[in-house]
Amino acid sequence: MNFLTLAGHILRKDLRIEARSREGLNTLLFFSVLIVFLFRFALGSSEVQVRQAAPGLLWLAFILTGLWGMARTFQIERDNDCLESLRLVPGDLGGIYLGKVLVGCCLMLATELAILAMFGIFFHLDLWAALGRLVVVLILGTVGFVALGTLFSAITAQLKAREVMLPLLLFPLVIPVLLAASQLTGLALAGEGLSAEPHWLRFLVVFDLVFLVLGYLTFPFVMED
Amino acid sequence: MRPAVGLRVRGLSKAFRETWALRGVDLDLGPGETLVLFGPNGSGKTTLLKVLATLLRPTRGGGAVNGADLVRDRDRIRRFIELLAHGSYLYEDLTPRENLALAAAMRGGRPEAGVIAAALERMGLSEVADERVRTLSSGMKRRITLARLLVGSGDLWLLDEPYTNLDREGSKVFEAILQEHQDRGGMTVMATHNFLDGFKLATRLGILARGRLILDEPSGAMTLQTFQELYALRAEGGGR
Repeated sequence: MNFLTLAGHILRKDLRIEARSREGLNTLLFFSVLIVFLFRFALGSSEVQVRQAAPGLLWLAFILTGLWGMARTFQIERDNDCLESLRLVPGDLGGIYLGKVLVGCCLMLATELAILAMFGIFFHLDLWAALGRLVVVLILGTVGFVALGTLFSAITAQLKAREVMLPLLLFPLVIPVLLAASQLTGLALAGEGLSAEPHWLRFLVVFDLVFLVLGYLTFPFVMED
Repeated sequence: MRPAVGLRVRGLSKAFRETWALRGVDLDLGPGETLVLFGPNGSGKTTLLKVLATLLRPTRGGGAVNGADLVRDRDRIRRFIELLAHGSYLYEDLTPRENLALAAAMRGGRPEAGVIAAALERMGLSEVADERVRTLSSGMKRRITLARLLVGSGDLWLLDEPYTNLDREGSKVFEAILQEHQDRGGMTVMATHNFLDGFKLATRLGILARGRLILDEPSGAMTLQTFQELYALRAEGGGR
């Protein structure tokens, strides 16, 4: 079975499970509301402060909710030893990685859009004008985070201390993504084009490609004995 | 040259760090044969099944299934084995029908809806075919895992304690399915603690003790009582 077919099976299965249980999305949305509330109270109503802090706060909220989502990526595979059955799949196991990355991106982007909308409402930010640029940054930043997060989620899935190990391993490596994404988000919110600082944009694209390929190539070894 | 048919294992050993779970297992299994393995807890039955399923790599020795090497040709072997393990491999928020369709699709198959419906009916699951698995009893869940055998196309079935959670009716259906598999020339390695049922299904009887296959005989060679006495003497007595 080729890796695209396998990725498609994983994507359909996980989205169907998520649509039925709504465990992941409901918790992510609840958590998002809580974070945005806290930021609102912490920053008060100073528009200058909000504008300065918004890019970092947005990505902090994205990463915190995303981390919870990443921990859940292989949770459904641990139940009833489904992870073992995935290891028995004949064909390119990299397809499982690709499928999980797609699922992670779908869930995280849905949560991010909700957070963005709440941010706009609570902080009186006009996001419409910057929406196109923001979506590009969200997609690039999310793919980088999920590409790494999925790989580490698989590596830590069988560990007893996985809740501790996942952020410990993941956070240091996603710092560059956070830096680049929050810089580009700041540009977008300030009404400037992303090409104003092209090196951040190029960095995100290269980071995404490198870790997607790396994840795809190493995932089969993570899955095997 | 005709491709080798059957399972052939030589000197198979598996260690987990310092502990040897399997020690030099030799095994041959031909078409239509069912080897039922008995052994005390920790004797290596599950490890052997997992090595044969290519989930674990042997530390020493090796083997082949239908000519495909256990280490080098894992991908090929995975196309013609069906593993029924301790875990049910079921997604709780999918229905039995969806679980079976997914299991077949993940193995590269494209089973027709009729094949899945027939498997569900055979296992007495038609009425709950579209319920979520999490709402079903553990016995029903076991039946779904057995229905997977009917949807799959594996030559070699590796069954770990298949009777767990099955009622009498479920056990009868399972035995009929296994008999049909045998009649088609399929091979089975089954691990169980259930002497009565295991003896009934076996064409070969094996005893694993402390990682060694200390007995491998045709089932017609002895009665259940003789076998149980032998087991008590050799396996429970330490297998040395």
